[in-house]
Amino acid sequence: MPAAILNASDTENGSAVMAGSVGPRRLQPAPWKDVAFEWLTRIFAFLVFSLLAGILVTLVIGSQLTLQKYGFSFIWSDDWDPVKERFGALVPIVGTLITSAIAMLIGVPVSFGIALFLTELSPGWLKRPLGTAIELLAAIPSIIYGMWGLFVFAPLFQGTLQPWLIRLLGGIPLAGRLFEGPPIGIGMLTAGLILSIMVIPFITAVMRDVFELVPAMLKESAYGLGATTWEVVWRVVLPYTKVGVIGGVMLGLGRALGETMAVTFVIGNAHQLAVSLMAPGNSIASALANEFTEAVGDLYFSALIELGLILFLITTVVLALSKLLLMRLAKGEGART
Amino acid sequence: MSAVLSAIDSSNPLYRSRRRVNFVLLTVSGLALAFGLFWLVWILGTLLYEGGNALARATLYYQMTPPPGADGGIANAIAGSLLMVTMGTLLGTPVGILAGTYLAEYGRGGWLAGATRFLNDVLLSAPSIVIGLFVYSVYVAKVGHFSAWAGSIALALLVVPVVVRTTDDMLKLVPGSLREAAMALGCPMWRMILSITYRAARTGILTGILLAIARISGETAPLLFTALNNQFWSTNLNAPISNLPVVIFQFAMSPYEDWHRLAWGGAALITIAVLLLNIVARALFRKSD
Amino acid sequence: METSVARNAERPAIHTAVRADPGREAAAPEDLKAKLRIRGLNFYYGGFHALKNISMDIPEKKVTAFIGPSGCGKSTLLRTFNRMYALYPDQRAEGEILVDGENLVTTKRDVSLIRAKIGMVFQKPTPFPMSIYDNIVFGVRLFENLSRREMDERVEWALGRAALWNEVKDKLHQSGQSLSGGQQQRLCIARGIAIRPDVLLLDEPCSALDPISTAKVEELIHELKTDYTVVIVTHNMQQAARVSDYTAYMYLGELIEYDVTDTLFIKPKKAATEDYITGRFG
Repeated sequence: MPAAILNASDTENGSAVMAGSVGPRRLQPAPWKDVAFEWLTRIFAFLVFSLLAGILVTLVIGSQLTLQKYGFSFIWSDDWDPVKERFGALVPIVGTLITSAIAMLIGVPVSFGIALFLTELSPGWLKRPLGTAIELLAAIPSIIYGMWGLFVFAPLFQGTLQPWLIRLLGGIPLAGRLFEGPPIGIGMLTAGLILSIMVIPFITAVMRDVFELVPAMLKESAYGLGATTWEVVWRVVLPYTKVGVIGGVMLGLGRALGETMAVTFVIGNAHQLAVSLMAPGNSIASALANEFTEAVGDLYFSALIELGLILFLITTVVLALSKLLLMRLAKGEGART
Repeated sequence: MSAVLSAIDSSNPLYRSRRRVNFVLLTVSGLALAFGLFWLVWILGTLLYEGGNALARATLYYQMTPPPGADGGIANAIAGSLLMVTMGTLLGTPVGILAGTYLAEYGRGGWLAGATRFLNDVLLSAPSIVIGLFVYSVYVAKVGHFSAWAGSIALALLVVPVVVRTTDDMLKLVPGSLREAAMALGCPMWRMILSITYRAARTGILTGILLAIARISGETAPLLFTALNNQFWSTNLNAPISNLPVVIFQFAMSPYEDWHRLAWGGAALITIAVLLLNIVARALFRKSD
Repeated sequence: METSVARNAERPAIHTAVRADPGREAAAPEDLKAKLRIRGLNFYYGGFHALKNISMDIPEKKVTAFIGPSGCGKSTLLRTFNRMYALYPDQRAEGEILVDGENLVTTKRDVSLIRAKIGMVFQKPTPFPMSIYDNIVFGVRLFENLSRREMDERVEWALGRAALWNEVKDKLHQSGQSLSGGQQQRLCIARGIAIRPDVLLLDEPCSALDPISTAKVEELIHELKTDYTVVIVTHNMQQAARVSDYTAYMYLGELIEYDVTDTLFIKPKKAATEDYITGRFG
């Protein structure tokens, strides 16, 4: 399915015969055209191969100034003052992590529920249209989410849900501090919520693909003992697919971490560290989007590029781990307890 | 009723509680689905409502982006986006297809194929804003100005992983017997790939290209630091060029009402294009099955 | 092992209801209780008529085998006995499958209660992704609240009856998937009997096993029938001849002949049966 391809899910195993394994070994010297074509494809494959490394190197070079000036302290300094030329990445890093965490906390259970419905509960005629609807949600450009978030969701949130949340939870000792402050509609919580809606289709698609890999015989064995649908999913399907599920979740996390437009509109663009989720903040992507074109001075540029480098490193690690997990599932190792 | 079969019956308390749990949790799963669909409907509905007004005005399509307060449209943005999406696709697709061909056809036994596949998939989901930074650093900074070329290159870098992946997958699906038949006739490998294998997989590859186009049509972040924006009509590839996503961003974040309206119009336009592309790609893929 | 002649002597003949005569009852002699009574059973995969008017009695505490070429409907028939088809929306059954007087096809009772009394083992071993111990107790825990000690006893009993206890008693907490194929299948059998069903349905249980494991499972079946009604589907005629007391031959969704195993194999009543058994086709 197209969207599944786009999700970099490695769970499809529909390849009939591995093409590379069929081509016969040439016994005579090849005509030059064969060699030339093969080399052509090889060069482009190598280009793709080196792209990731190339990006990494470029970003490192671009952030030389701040790397040299601040070293590791860049990561935990929250001092961001372009005028005085002092820069610290803590606020955007924290903002990125928190909005992504909120997105995952909401998105993962909801995705699981939807995937469960799609694979076990949905009547046959409903499966395809529902699946398509979810994939359409994934196709909507993120700038739409941002705009909708800013113009529609935030004002509504500010008027109704937010004051209620603040009243309800703001008073709790300790945890309540997360929900203090004036309701301004935009902020970290709003950004996290919008992000969760964005991330749900991706995680759902991977979970659904992975659930459908479970052999019918295995599920029938559980049903045959008298188990209920929930028990079959929770105690047989999920353990069987857990490696793939984790891989899918990490894929969603990778997307959430790097998401720019859905977050930039509603996060508030404030370089301040606040405890409350109701406060405005910044994420790495939103800081870049808002400030890059206005930046003046080499140090400012270097700081921004170093932010990009940090984001790139975090997402690459998460995505690489997700890919490894999904590859393990494809090899069948996911079934081992 | 036999005593044997009714020894386990519906009055068993364990059974009752299990059924309750089952019912509750399955209902929750249905609610999750409703939750997801609710947002989809709300967002699309808003888009159609707000953007519908703007889309209905013809001025949207032939007037340029105006300064605040003046009347105008987004014609230059539409043109710029069309230009860069086309360029990006033209640049990225051949790279993607050739690299994907290597992975599927020649990659057996080498380290390059496995590693490329892995890194390609990482690139597929990498933050697009980082791609923008990359193109800025290696191109824009070197030539000293923003341009449509830079924007196109950034978009091409987003097209490549998608096309590599689909080409790889689709070529692998072509049955070995087809290749063997061609080889048995004495057909050289490069010819077989071009005439037989590509043809067999063409629907799938086309689907991948359509999906790539759909993806880059909506991308904003990579254009922010490459193509920038342009108030006027321009088709100069070497200069900053207007484009829909950046215009939407700029206009939406501004305090001006009429700019907001134009932003909604642009957003609706992009979404319709993206959804249409997705639907067409899907229908194409299904028909080929 | 008793000789087949002696076995034949002590086993009363079943006068079978043969083919599509709706309304014609299957007669059963007085001293042979039927655990399952099937009457006029029709089964459809969507529009495809897979089982045509099947009527038969499955005798209690005996081994009954279904044989026939691929696609004849023997597995389909077996899977109606525990309503496994209910999981798939385009599959439906019409007719009667009476278990202790209740019709499985139309009963309003929750199907999971029924399945708890009718166990099933599949073609490929299907150990759950959990430890051997947890595999066995999975089904038990669904319906019975046993203490830890009672549970341990149940596990030992089930694994013992499945002739697996000695091989796994020291590694109960290892994954069920770490066992060999033959052991996994015996684990699935143990799992099936741990819940103490009345009926055991075996769908080609040895088709994925090597000859030695197959022999062990066949021995097991022979012992199980003292406590359970066993129905086994097999594509291996010799296996049917070895393990079963009664055999049903099916072809293209119809029940062609159903008789005492030795009678069916040595003196089949129908030419079609004889053709299949002698390998003239199939």
